[in-house]
Amino acid sequence: MQALQSVNEFVIKFANVNGTGSASANNLFAKAIFRMGLPVCPKNIFPSNIQGLPTWYEVRVSERGYLGRRGGVDIMLSVNPQSMPQDIKEVEPGGYFIYDNTKPLDLRLMRNDVNIFGIPLTRICNEEYEDPRQRQLFRNVIYVGALAALLDIDFAVLTGLVEDQFKGKDKLILPNIHALELGYQYAQEHFECPIGIRVRASDKVGDNILLDGNTALGLGAIYGGATVAAWYPITPSTSVVDAFERYAKRLRIDPGTGRKNYAILQAEDELAAIGMVVGASWNGARAFTATSGPGLSLMSEFLGLAYFAEIPTVLFDVQRAGPSTGMPTRTQQSDVLSAAYASHGDTKQVLLFPSTPKECFDFGALSFDLAERLQTPIILMTDLDLGMNDNMSPPLTWDDARRYDRGKVLSAEQLEQMERYGRYLDVDGDGICYRTIPGTHPEKGAFFTRGTSRDEYAVYTEKGEEYEKNMHRLMAKWETIKEWVPRPLETQSEQETDTAILFYGTSEESSMEARDYLAEDGVPLNAMRVRAFPFNQEVADFIARHERVFVIEQNRDAQLRTLLMAEFELGPDKLKSVLCFDGTPISARNIRKQILQQMPGYNVTPLRRERMVAGAENRS
Amino acid sequence: MSYQLPKFRHPDLPVNALGYTRADYEGSISTLCAGCGHDSISGAIVRACHELALEPHKIAKLSGIGCSSKSPTYFLGKSHGFNSVHGRMPSVVSGANMANRDLLYLGVSGDGDTASIGMGQFAHAVRRNLNMVYIVMNNGCYGLTKGQDSATADAGSASKKGDPNPFSAIDLPGLALQLGATFVARSFSGDKGQLVPLIKAAISHRGFALIDVISPCVTFNNNPGSTKSYDFVREHAEATGTVDFVPMREEITASYPAGRSQEVTLHDGSVLHLEKLAPDLDPFDRVSAMVALQRHSAEGQILTGLIYMDKDSRDLHDIMETSRRPLNSLVEEDLCPGDKVLANINASLR
Repeated sequence: MQALQSVNEFVIKFANVNGTGSASANNLFAKAIFRMGLPVCPKNIFPSNIQGLPTWYEVRVSERGYLGRRGGVDIMLSVNPQSMPQDIKEVEPGGYFIYDNTKPLDLRLMRNDVNIFGIPLTRICNEEYEDPRQRQLFRNVIYVGALAALLDIDFAVLTGLVEDQFKGKDKLILPNIHALELGYQYAQEHFECPIGIRVRASDKVGDNILLDGNTALGLGAIYGGATVAAWYPITPSTSVVDAFERYAKRLRIDPGTGRKNYAILQAEDELAAIGMVVGASWNGARAFTATSGPGLSLMSEFLGLAYFAEIPTVLFDVQRAGPSTGMPTRTQQSDVLSAAYASHGDTKQVLLFPSTPKECFDFGALSFDLAERLQTPIILMTDLDLGMNDNMSPPLTWDDARRYDRGKVLSAEQLEQMERYGRYLDVDGDGICYRTIPGTHPEKGAFFTRGTSRDEYAVYTEKGEEYEKNMHRLMAKWETIKEWVPRPLETQSEQETDTAILFYGTSEESSMEARDYLAEDGVPLNAMRVRAFPFNQEVADFIARHERVFVIEQNRDAQLRTLLMAEFELGPDKLKSVLCFDGTPISARNIRKQILQQMPGYNVTPLRRERMVAGAENRS
Repeated sequence: MSYQLPKFRHPDLPVNALGYTRADYEGSISTLCAGCGHDSISGAIVRACHELALEPHKIAKLSGIGCSSKSPTYFLGKSHGFNSVHGRMPSVVSGANMANRDLLYLGVSGDGDTASIGMGQFAHAVRRNLNMVYIVMNNGCYGLTKGQDSATADAGSASKKGDPNPFSAIDLPGLALQLGATFVARSFSGDKGQLVPLIKAAISHRGFALIDVISPCVTFNNNPGSTKSYDFVREHAEATGTVDFVPMREEITASYPAGRSQEVTLHDGSVLHLEKLAPDLDPFDRVSAMVALQRHSAEGQILTGLIYMDKDSRDLHDIMETSRRPLNSLVEEDLCPGDKVLANINASLR
C-alpha cells in the first residue's frame, strides 16, 4: 500500500466528543504548527449541544498559504467510537487513521488502503490518572503529544505554548507537559516516527496573527467608538459581544472615576436589541447589535423604520444554516437576500462582506462611520466559519490620526444660523440630509421622528407626492452609497480569458485555490471578490467584460447571484452558480469540480446523480 | 392631517422660571376625536412641564403605535419626538437613555401598545428600572382600528359593539408592582388635579415611573356597560389620597392637615406631600400596595393616586455603573485605545 507523503501540505481532522476539553487540545495542536512558521486554518465543526455529541476539528496545514478548506482528509485522529464508521471512510487512500485502540477496531470498518495506527489512549489514562475528569481531559493532550512524534512537531514549541496558556495557573503546566510526553513516548516506542506526512519549521507566517472574526469584530466596535451594545444570545454571534465586553472592561474604564465608558444591554429578544440600537443611535451614540439569521428575521421591522427614518444602525450578522432549529452551529451565507431587502415597504439595506479577521476589524469600525455618514442601517455579513474559527490574518492596525466620521450632524451654532431646519431636506443633492441630536439647541432642530408620513420638514402629512418625493431621494442616496462602500477586489488571469469567478466573504480562500487548480486544468479565470452591497459600478463592468461568470456562494438559492440579476437586470444565462450548503465551509476541490462540470464542452455526469455516491463530493 | 396652532397668545400669560409660557410647551393641534381622554393627558403633561420649568429641548418624548402614540405630536413641540414601532417604545427609550442619561425620557403608550404587543418590552424596562416616565393612555380598546377590545378591558365590560369581553383584564399597576417597579400610580384623564402632581412626581423619580391613566375612548368605549367610560370611572374611582408636588426650588406655601399627611423628599430635592385617604395603604410598602390594589379590584373599585414608590430607587445607570458623562458626548480620546494597544493585542495572538 502506498502511503501519502507530504511535508507541510496536508489536512488533519480530529473526531471527538463535545464537552471533553478537546477544543483546547486541538487548538494547542494548530497553534504549535502556526508557531513553527506554517500557515494553518483550523475549523471547528461542532454540534448544537454542550456535552456528549460528536465534534470535529479540521486543520489545514499549507506552506503554500492555502487557507480555505481543501476537501478530503489525509490524517484522521478519531477517539469517538460513535463517529468512527464515518471518520474512517473519509480518509484519502494512502492516508492515516489514528484511533484509540483500547477497544479494538470493528473489523467491518477496516480499510486496506489506509495506514492505521492504534494508540491505547483510554488505557494510558486509566493507568496514569485516578480522577475521571483528568482521564478525559488528558486523553486529548496525550494524542497531541503522540502527533508531535508522528508529524515531527518541535516539542519545545508545544511546551512553550502550554506555559503561555497556563500563565498564572502554574501548577497546571507540568501535568500538561507530562501528558504530552506520555503520548510522545508511546508513539516513539511503537511506530516509526515521523510518518510520511510531516511538518518542518518554515517562515511563511510572517507577522500574521491567529484570530477569530467575532473577536476582531468586537475589537472593531471598540476602536470604532461604539458605546452601546444591545444583543440577545444566539450562536454563532454571541462571542462578538463577549469580545466587546472583555476588551471594554480593559480599555473603556474611565481612569478618573472607574466608571464605564460603555453600556451593554442583554435584551429580552432581538426585537428589543435592535430597538435599543435604534434609540441609542437616534440619540447620537454609536451603537450596535450582533445576531444571526433568526435574529435578523426578528429585527426586520425595526430595520425598515431605521431605513425610512434614516437612523444610523449597525448590525453584525454572523450567518449560520437556517431556520431556527436547523443547523445553528453550521456555517452558511444564506441571509444575503433577507438582509439586502430586509423589512416591509421598498427597502434596500447596505451590506458589507468581510473575509478575514482583519477585514472584520476594519469593516467593523468602518460600519459606524458609514452608518453615520449614510444615515441608514449597515449590516455586516460574516458567518460562523469566519466568526468562530481561528483564522490566519494580517495583524490589526489603527491610524491614530483617524477621526470618526460623524456625518451630517448640525451643531447648536449651525442651527442658530438657520432660518428653517428640514430634517429630510436634501440641501446638497447627494440624497443625505442633515440630522440633529436631541438636546442640541433650545429652540431649533427638534422634530418628530416617524416612518414616512411626513414632508421634508418632518411635519406630518399623508400626501402621496411627498411620499414619492422622499422615495426618489432615498434612491438618490442609494447612488451616493455606492461611492462610499468598500470596492471589490479583482485578480486578473495571466492568460486571456472570457470566464471569471465572483465570490464574497469566506468563499475567498477556497475559490482562489480552486482557481489555481483550474488554471492547471486549462481553465484560466479572472476573479472578483465583492465586498459590499449596493454593488459598485466595477462589479457591473466586470460581469459585462466576461462571457460567463461563476458566482461562488454557500447557500442553496444562489442568493448573491439573484441579487446581481435583480440589481443589474441580467438574464439567467450569464451568471452560473457554484454552491455549497451542507453546513461546512466550501472546499477548493468542490469548487473546481462544479466549475469543470459547467464549462462548455466538458463531458459531464449530471451533478445530481454523482452526488448520490456517498462522499463523492469530498473525494473527487 | 395636523395643523399648527395659531402663534398668537395673550401677552400677559404667566411665564415660568425660564421665561416660557404654557404655550411654549404645547404641540400641534390634536387630530384625536373631540373629547378624547388622551388630549386631557397631553394637557396635564404640558402643565406639569411648564410648572416645573423644564427645558423643552432636554425632554425626549417617545411612543409606539396607536391613538395614544400619536399624542406626543400634540405636546412639547420644542422637544425631540420619536413615533417608533408598535409595542417597542421601551427598547428605543432604553437605547436613547443609555446614549444620554441627562435628558428626561417621557414615554407614551396605550393599552394595546403596552399590554399586548409590547408586554415583553414593558416588563423588561420595568425590571431594569430604566429611568423614564411611562404613561399609559388606557382606554380598554383599540381606537385606531375601530374599537376592538384590548387586554386591559375588564371581563364583562362591553364596548360600543355590544359584546361583553370574555377574558380577564391585565392590570398594569399590579403587574408592574410584581415586576419590581419603583414608582406606580394610576389616575384618570378627567382628574387633572390628581394627574398633574403625579406626573411631576414621576418626573422627579429616579427610575421607572408608571402612570396608568384611564382615558376614555369617546368614540368606541364610552357607552353604558363599559368599565372604561367617563361615567363608570367617576363613580368607581377611589383615590389613595391627594398628592401635592413641590419642586426643589420652591418654598412650601400650602398647609397640610396634621396626622394624615406625609412628606417625602425625592432624590432631586423636591418634596411630595401625600394626604392619605385609603387608611390601609402604605405607598412605601410594596406588599401593602399589592394588597390594596387587589382588595379594591375585588370590591369593584378603581384605586387611583400614588400606589407605590421606592424612595431609594437606583436606576439602570446606577446599576451598570456607566459614566456620569453622557455616552453620546464621548470622543475619540475617550473611546479609541490607539494603535499601540492594538500592537500588544496582535502580539498575544501569535
